[in-house]
Amino acid sequence: MSSAPISIEPAEIEAIKAQALKAISEAKNLDELKEIKIAHVGDRSPIAKANQSLGQVSMEQRATTGKLIGTARANINQAFDDRERDLILARDTKALVEEKVDVTLPVNRRHKGALHPLTSLRHEIEDLFVGLGYQVAEGPELESSWLNFDALNIPQDHPARSMQDTFFIEPLDAGLVLRTHTSPVQVRTMLENEPPIYVICPGRTYRSDELDATHTPVFNQVEGLVIDKGITMADLKGTLDLFAARIFGPDVTTRIRPSFFPFTEPSAEVDFFYNGRWVEWGGCGMVNHKVLEACGIDSKIYTGFAFGMGLERTLMVRNGITDMHDIVEGDLRFSRQFGTGTR
Amino acid sequence: MKLPLSWLAEFITFPKGFKVESAVAAFVKVGFEVEEVINPAEKIKGPLKVGTVQSIEELTGLRKPIRYVGLDLGEKETRFVICGASNFSVGDQVVVALPGAVLPGDFAISARETYGRVSNGMICSSRELGLGEDHSGIIVLGSKFKVGSDALEALAANDPIIDIAVNPDRGYAMSVHGAARELAMALGLSFKDVDRKTLFAKLVKSKKSGKITVAEIKDKDGASLIFLRSLSGLNPSALTPSWMSRRLSQAGMRPISLAVDITNYVMLELGQPLHAFDAEKIEGKLKVQRAGKFKSLKTLDNQERKLSAEDLLIADEKKPLALAGTMGGLDSEVSESTSRIALEAAHFNPVAIAQNSRRHILSSEASRRFERGVDPTLAELASARAALLLIEFGGAKYHGTSAKGLAPKPTISTISPDEISALIGTTYSPTEITKALTAVGCKIVKSGKKWKITSPSWRRDLLHISDFAEEVARFYGYERIPSTLPLVKIPKSGKTGLTPLQIRRRSLSLALAFKGFTEVHNYPFVNQTQMELFGFTGDRAKTFKIANPISDQSPLLRTHLSPGLLETAARNFARGAKSVALFESGLIFRDIKKLEKATNLSTSKRPSAAQVKELYASVPFQSLHIGGVIAGEAELFGWWGKGRSADWQDAVAITTELLEEITGGFEISSVELAPWHPGRCAEFQVDGKPIAHAGEIHPRITAALGLPERTVFFALVLDAIPVRQPIVSRAVIPMPAAIQDISMFVDESISAAKVAQSLRLGAGELLESVALFDRFQKSGEKQVSLAFTLTFRAPDRTLTGDEVSALRERAGARAAKECGAQIRS
Repeated sequence: MSSAPISIEPAEIEAIKAQALKAISEAKNLDELKEIKIAHVGDRSPIAKANQSLGQVSMEQRATTGKLIGTARANINQAFDDRERDLILARDTKALVEEKVDVTLPVNRRHKGALHPLTSLRHEIEDLFVGLGYQVAEGPELESSWLNFDALNIPQDHPARSMQDTFFIEPLDAGLVLRTHTSPVQVRTMLENEPPIYVICPGRTYRSDELDATHTPVFNQVEGLVIDKGITMADLKGTLDLFAARIFGPDVTTRIRPSFFPFTEPSAEVDFFYNGRWVEWGGCGMVNHKVLEACGIDSKIYTGFAFGMGLERTLMVRNGITDMHDIVEGDLRFSRQFGTGTR
Repeated sequence: MKLPLSWLAEFITFPKGFKVESAVAAFVKVGFEVEEVINPAEKIKGPLKVGTVQSIEELTGLRKPIRYVGLDLGEKETRFVICGASNFSVGDQVVVALPGAVLPGDFAISARETYGRVSNGMICSSRELGLGEDHSGIIVLGSKFKVGSDALEALAANDPIIDIAVNPDRGYAMSVHGAARELAMALGLSFKDVDRKTLFAKLVKSKKSGKITVAEIKDKDGASLIFLRSLSGLNPSALTPSWMSRRLSQAGMRPISLAVDITNYVMLELGQPLHAFDAEKIEGKLKVQRAGKFKSLKTLDNQERKLSAEDLLIADEKKPLALAGTMGGLDSEVSESTSRIALEAAHFNPVAIAQNSRRHILSSEASRRFERGVDPTLAELASARAALLLIEFGGAKYHGTSAKGLAPKPTISTISPDEISALIGTTYSPTEITKALTAVGCKIVKSGKKWKITSPSWRRDLLHISDFAEEVARFYGYERIPSTLPLVKIPKSGKTGLTPLQIRRRSLSLALAFKGFTEVHNYPFVNQTQMELFGFTGDRAKTFKIANPISDQSPLLRTHLSPGLLETAARNFARGAKSVALFESGLIFRDIKKLEKATNLSTSKRPSAAQVKELYASVPFQSLHIGGVIAGEAELFGWWGKGRSADWQDAVAITTELLEEITGGFEISSVELAPWHPGRCAEFQVDGKPIAHAGEIHPRITAALGLPERTVFFALVLDAIPVRQPIVSRAVIPMPAAIQDISMFVDESISAAKVAQSLRLGAGELLESVALFDRFQKSGEKQVSLAFTLTFRAPDRTLTGDEVSALRERAGARAAKECGAQIRS
């Protein structure tokens, strides 16, 4: 190994580099690049060979030539890496583009469900009063006529009894009716609890009206009952104002005006002003002392208020429902409009 | 109650330019809903003038009398019109509609040629103007008006009628007089009451000797007093004055004859129902009594009514004359030949009249007033007023009165005025309270903080502090009441918010909605045919029957949610739905427990504990169910391909998911139960009690309802599922799991659930889960191949292969022992 020193010209190195860089830049895909790697970067490439022959270069030139070859090799490697990265990116991008789909295609493989809007409305009302600290009470729909009428100061043969068209159950002497209001739940609450009582009673009620655009024999009410020391009619008014604002929005106006119910004295009707007109909402008043006494509550110590309104009417006015048939017929297209909320 | 403004004006002096709108607002303010305001004059448009008849030419040769009338309307020339009426003569003043006028019913008047003459307008009758029923002739104006002047003014036709709704506690307002008192109070105007003294004096002065019919109250509970006034010599041809028939029409009553019209008029005016009997038809005394032995009575409406012994009657010695306070009898009615009249006014017991009315399903103007309570002092006044009208307009002579009984004493209450402000929640000064109660008609005697209040005779409902509070609040308007919120106190029971059952109903409803079910609210009414179609037996066939259903089509209460939900599903199909998923939650009704009868309950005090218990036991328990149906596809078809039809698995899966949400565990077994397919119904149990069922509906039912085959249905008894105690969390084990598969043959009668349970028990505590991953049954074979994956995990170590295969052996052995399983591998 004592052959004569050789000389590698800088131009030669430059040419090898230029050739390699040209080939790398012209590689169209990763397969071509693989070939190029063998030809221009690998152990048998001209630049590798030049490096291998560095030992034969004279000592005086070796450092300079070595530096030139090293720089050229680094340039080639860098160019290779860059090209390889670009080609991988291009390949992957192309693959993703090919996987593109039309995401606007309908995908409704499952049934679309919904709550009945009366249920959502009921939840909304319950949540308001639960938030205030009230209890939510329920009771049977097939009810004792004593609880539905007598305990509420509606004795037999009182004209108020015929104000409500009652469904009676056979045999008549069993004293069972389909409750005409949720008020018997108030009576049950008073029989079962001592004051203070803060309760709302939502539920289904029945009156023998034919189904038409605005009536249904089976409907829903929510009633409220408060019995405590020092409860006033102003408290009733404030509670109704809050209730109306929650359901119809903060700008709603309410009014109460004198009316008659056997179970309240004084009695009132509550109206709200909505979409440019007064709408009758429900009945209310201070609990009649006779009702308190029939339930064993001392009317000299406690006073209370009660109110009650129909959910169907509330829903119809707020949500622009013009025909009761839509509410009762169970056509899924109706409830689906509302999803699981009513707003 | 229809109130013509002109009639109200007899009791109130309205200020000049008073508008009907003010009266409407005032009525609403004091608690009378205004149904509508009717003003027939508003329906008359165009020229309507007063004219004087100048000439009458009778046209001859026609089928009916026709006149060609010359009229002076203050115009340059005489106006000629054709007229079919003959009740007028030259010189009379009449009402003429000129061409261009439009009368009610869009009746346009124009000049036209008829009977060979040119008619330049029309002479009008009351009916043509919509002012009354009278069409027997044209209107002849009673007094002289300026020719050519506005006839609406001459007729005083511009008289709006306010129709108010009178609540049951305000019977005193079922008269013009009573309503006017309320209106005057609401408007702050003075009320001109009837001058009783002058009226009574006038009647006494007119008294002439003659025959008197004697009255008697045999049933003191039925009536507290009666006035029976005897008159004779009624002119049978006397007509009801036009002002009176007009007012009757305005108030919605039909004019009949002078005597009847007068009783009706006085009733409308004062609120006291009256009855005029033909005195010749009364044998002996006229009595207030119960029907007793009298069996039947033909009433004015020509109906033969079977009497109940309890009916309150007006009768004579021999026969019933009238259903007291409700309707008169046909035979004793005044007729065209009546000259002697017995005019009856009584104060009946409201309950007795309510019962009369209810028993005979007969609600009359009279019964509605008596039921709501009539001022007991009115009988004397109203009968005197009616007698004077019979004298004035019927030429009758008054012979005297048989009066029995006494008006009850006025009620006196003691109140503390401060309590009124305390109840309403705003301060009313003693002066204000005095003013309001005085306006209502109360008399007040004050002694310090205690006031003795005598209520007026027409307000027997004013007894308690709250009654007086309402009057004061009403007088000053409810708008004066401020708006405050009570500070809610938590009750002694500690119960607040929603109950666990309410929370459960809500969360399951929402879960179903998100699982694709749409909620419906079905009426809980079914019929016998449905009950039979659904095949309900036992407890689920026992229901309640409505005595007065809206339709005989569905008089029964549902014992299950399925009939309603499946019918509604079918309705959706009929309207074009291809697949439906519906759910409902609600009460069901089963007549399965003997009910107590609540007896002798008083309302004046709380029932005893035993009575409350009895009362509660008189009402059947009504269970809360939630149920759902999928008919058609469970997964829908679309551009992606076919859908997947629902089958029993969907029902069982949903029920399982729902129950996992609310129970700590349950067992499933196969059961035969209507309305499900006998081989495709799962029963879910907790503590051995059924709590839910799910499966495919019996094909007989789906076929009958036109629903797809394999329609599935599930129902959960929400209140039968025990409320879960708070969940005690188990620590999550980070150790690796060891998996073992086991496969076996079992007889087809053994359920997979039972095998899984045996494996679970056999494998012991280290078993984390059992999952069936394969099931195969060769057709015609009794053996089923089942393959399960058993997952084991220990809290403290990695399980070895030997350990878990030993556990697997034990699991297999248990399944072999309990289920007869032949372990394959």
